[in-house]
Amino acid sequence: MILVWMIAILLITGILCWLIARWNPVVAKWIALLSVLADLGIISYLCWQYNITTADSWFIDYRVDWIPSFGISFHVAMDGLSLLMLLLTFFLGLLSVLCSWNEIKEKTGFYFFNLLWTLAGISGVFIAMDLFLFYFFWEVMLVPMYFLIAIWGDANRRYAAYKFFIFTQAGGLLMLLAILALYFIHAQQSGTYSFDYFSLVNTSLEPATAKWIMLGFLIAFLVKLPMVPFHNWLPDAHSEAPTAGSLILAGLLLKTGAYGIIRFVLVLFPQASADIAWGAMLFGVIGIVYGAVLAFSQTDLKRLIAYTSVSHMGFVLLGIFAFQDMALQGVVMQMLTHGISTGALFVIAGILKERLHTRDINQMGGLWTAMPAMGGVAMVFTMASLGLPMLGNFIAEFLILLGTFPVSNALTVIAAVGLVFAALYSLRMVQKVFLGPVAVNIPVKDLSARELTLMAALSISIVALGLYPQPVINMIKIVTYQ
Amino acid sequence: MTEYQLLALLPFMLLAAASIVVILLIAFRQQHTVIQVTGFLMMCLVVGAMWYVRDTLPREILPLFVVDGLGAVYTGLIVCSVLVVGLLSFIYFEEREENPKEYYILLFLGTLGAAVLTISRHFISLFIGLELLSVSLYALIAYLRNRNNAIEAGMKYLVLAALTSAFLLFGMALVYMETGSMEFTAIAQKIVGGESAVLFILGIGIMMVAIGFKLALVPFHLWAADVYQGAPAPVTAFIATVSKIGVFAVLLRFAQAIQLHQYPIAMTVIAVIAIASMIIGNLLALQQKNIKRLLAYSSIAHFGYLLVAFLPGNKAGTEAVSFYLLTYSITILAALGIVTVLSTRQKDAEELAAYQGLFWRKPVMAAVLTIALLSLAGIPLTAGFFAKFFILTTGVQQQLWLPVIVLVLTSVVGLYYYLRIISTLFAGSLSASTNEKTLHPFFYFATYATLTVLMCLLLWLGVFPRIAVKSIQDFLLIR
Repeated sequence: MILVWMIAILLITGILCWLIARWNPVVAKWIALLSVLADLGIISYLCWQYNITTADSWFIDYRVDWIPSFGISFHVAMDGLSLLMLLLTFFLGLLSVLCSWNEIKEKTGFYFFNLLWTLAGISGVFIAMDLFLFYFFWEVMLVPMYFLIAIWGDANRRYAAYKFFIFTQAGGLLMLLAILALYFIHAQQSGTYSFDYFSLVNTSLEPATAKWIMLGFLIAFLVKLPMVPFHNWLPDAHSEAPTAGSLILAGLLLKTGAYGIIRFVLVLFPQASADIAWGAMLFGVIGIVYGAVLAFSQTDLKRLIAYTSVSHMGFVLLGIFAFQDMALQGVVMQMLTHGISTGALFVIAGILKERLHTRDINQMGGLWTAMPAMGGVAMVFTMASLGLPMLGNFIAEFLILLGTFPVSNALTVIAAVGLVFAALYSLRMVQKVFLGPVAVNIPVKDLSARELTLMAALSISIVALGLYPQPVINMIKIVTYQ
Repeated sequence: MTEYQLLALLPFMLLAAASIVVILLIAFRQQHTVIQVTGFLMMCLVVGAMWYVRDTLPREILPLFVVDGLGAVYTGLIVCSVLVVGLLSFIYFEEREENPKEYYILLFLGTLGAAVLTISRHFISLFIGLELLSVSLYALIAYLRNRNNAIEAGMKYLVLAALTSAFLLFGMALVYMETGSMEFTAIAQKIVGGESAVLFILGIGIMMVAIGFKLALVPFHLWAADVYQGAPAPVTAFIATVSKIGVFAVLLRFAQAIQLHQYPIAMTVIAVIAIASMIIGNLLALQQKNIKRLLAYSSIAHFGYLLVAFLPGNKAGTEAVSFYLLTYSITILAALGIVTVLSTRQKDAEELAAYQGLFWRKPVMAAVLTIALLSLAGIPLTAGFFAKFFILTTGVQQQLWLPVIVLVLTSVVGLYYYLRIISTLFAGSLSASTNEKTLHPFFYFATYATLTVLMCLLLWLGVFPRIAVKSIQDFLLIR
């Protein structure tokens, strides 16, 4: 029941924000902040309560009928993986509320409504255990995100918003077809109509059928992840979205794709996914290199960061389909650390945009003298992004490479070369923005107290994950290939 | 005719009486308001009567009618749609200072025609119902005769509808020649066992032309955009809901009676029509700047989707079709309701530019339109999602992969133009508009309230479709 409350809090306060902002926008901001804070509190409490000494890895399980005649139920459950993802969701959710505190000046109520509803959809995705419900949440998070981009985005926002929505919707509908096919095959075998994850796991499929159904799921997740041929929407959406939108897109929405593959594709279709493993890993490596090369050639700061996401998500794809427990733990680490580090980079880009009114890195330069605190923070996250030891991303990428090595030496080597590219684009970014001759003549302020708190929270967590990742790894020990 | 048969026909007699009452009221020179209120009450009476007689169903009134669950559901849907259309008509015509009184006679006659279609089990009643509907529509479409578009639309509809009526008669004649009967059940008995004769299939095919025309399916869709645009907005809503529901009901009944699904040729043709409608409807809508034309093209696509659920020809398919029609009528009434309310004296609010930044000027209306469009696009939390989901379910169950995949891909295309309108609604922030004076505060309030209720219905069905599905299932079992 507590899981339902977490979503309900976001949904209800979202509507409240919308209504109240007409009288007082400041109150609406505080309501949004408090509601995400409440959720963060709940999830931290659950995190503290969590132990997997019992054999059953499902920590909380709640189920009520929704449309019984179709076997659809409102079934939410949580294990270690969901718990970590929810923790990330509410942590980044809190930061997204904070970083839009002053950025959003008009239509504040509707903005926070959309923000909170996106968060609600994302948290629903991470805990839904009924495939219909999962699809439902999968779609629910799209519409408010579309509005976030289309209303509060930059100059080219409408194009970016369409592209984002249409790409993900196309993938989503194919997944719906796959879900329905699985549903009917399961019903034929067992005689009961059910969308429940735990019943559908037992469906035995013909190899050919399994392959098609799996592809339906996989395409939806790969579009979201994104894998290279389907990554087209990402740079546009990320660079046009408002800061909080980019933060949520990079930090959370991409993770839903990875989560979907781990939770559904691998478990429901073990054989079929093993069959395509090699191809998926290849595309993962292509993504790593391709994303890095494109990131290196960008002049738009937000687009640059967006392409680094493509590169980092390549590691996730590579790790998942290596079918090694160690690599998979690395993948989950990567999901967390990438969420934090790329989220932080987008916040930095947002702050720069707010002060300089440009995203072009050729018009920046020498900002360190004007804003030393900002420069320091940016340095930390650039280092995190290129995989410096002691920071979380290093652990993640190291585990992935370690796990992948026995499976395919060649691919691992190429992926490791990708890390060199990462160093190239990251250092180029720091060089262009913060070092070099001073290019900006207008006076710029350094970080305010609010922004400093925000960045401090992110920095502490990325360092903590880098120094002591063991709690996370303990929590995801249950995530293995059977 | 027994007492029970009369009772079963009571709603339809009330419907017929409604037109007569309106004629009498006009003869006594009553006000527009009086006619409006009386018409509204009469329609409520029809719904009440339908509810009252449902326990005595099904009844056959040989040889023309059968009043069963299917008829009850679709008649209910039609009459409820007319309730909303009637309400919308008031402010629309009152603004224009035309004499709107005869409008209501035509409206109720058209409704009667559509209702007769839902219960007909005989070619004669089918034809009478269809003609009643068409003839009323000729006049309704061209009702605002001072407008250029209206006359053009009316003429276009007249010529094409007359042509297809001829087709329908010819098809009926061929079927009659082959089977010697005009009752659906008798036709079914005649052709059972016997090899399916060429003339019979040909007759069915020719009849399909007429049906396809009424439903605006590709390739009989050429009238749709012009008529939707030219007709007054409430009449557009009437065409989009009432006339199509009636025709689809008779198609369902006819197909069930003669077991149309046994004929592979017929099914292939329908599948091709469905696929063509989905593709062409969505593609034509892509670049439309006129919201009424856009809705016309999107309706072509939507009836393509409906045919996908019609293809399996089983119980689940009929349920899916009924639920889809329910949500589609609510949605399209909400959308066209907004168009009606925003229309000015001179012209309808049909240009997309007129909707720029509506959300910041009139948030409630923009919210209604947004929800309606999201529902048309089939996004969760709105009724349209479940409607599309049920259709996909029936399609996947019967493994109709090609139509189902076309449905999925074309609805992604469709998403683009719905999103285009939605982002127009939210684009920019215009200065607050001048407050126009409202002529009839009560009716404005009622219209606003109705539109809000429709929006809430869409959301409610989008989260809890259970009750609606259950009652549709229960009704359809009455046969």
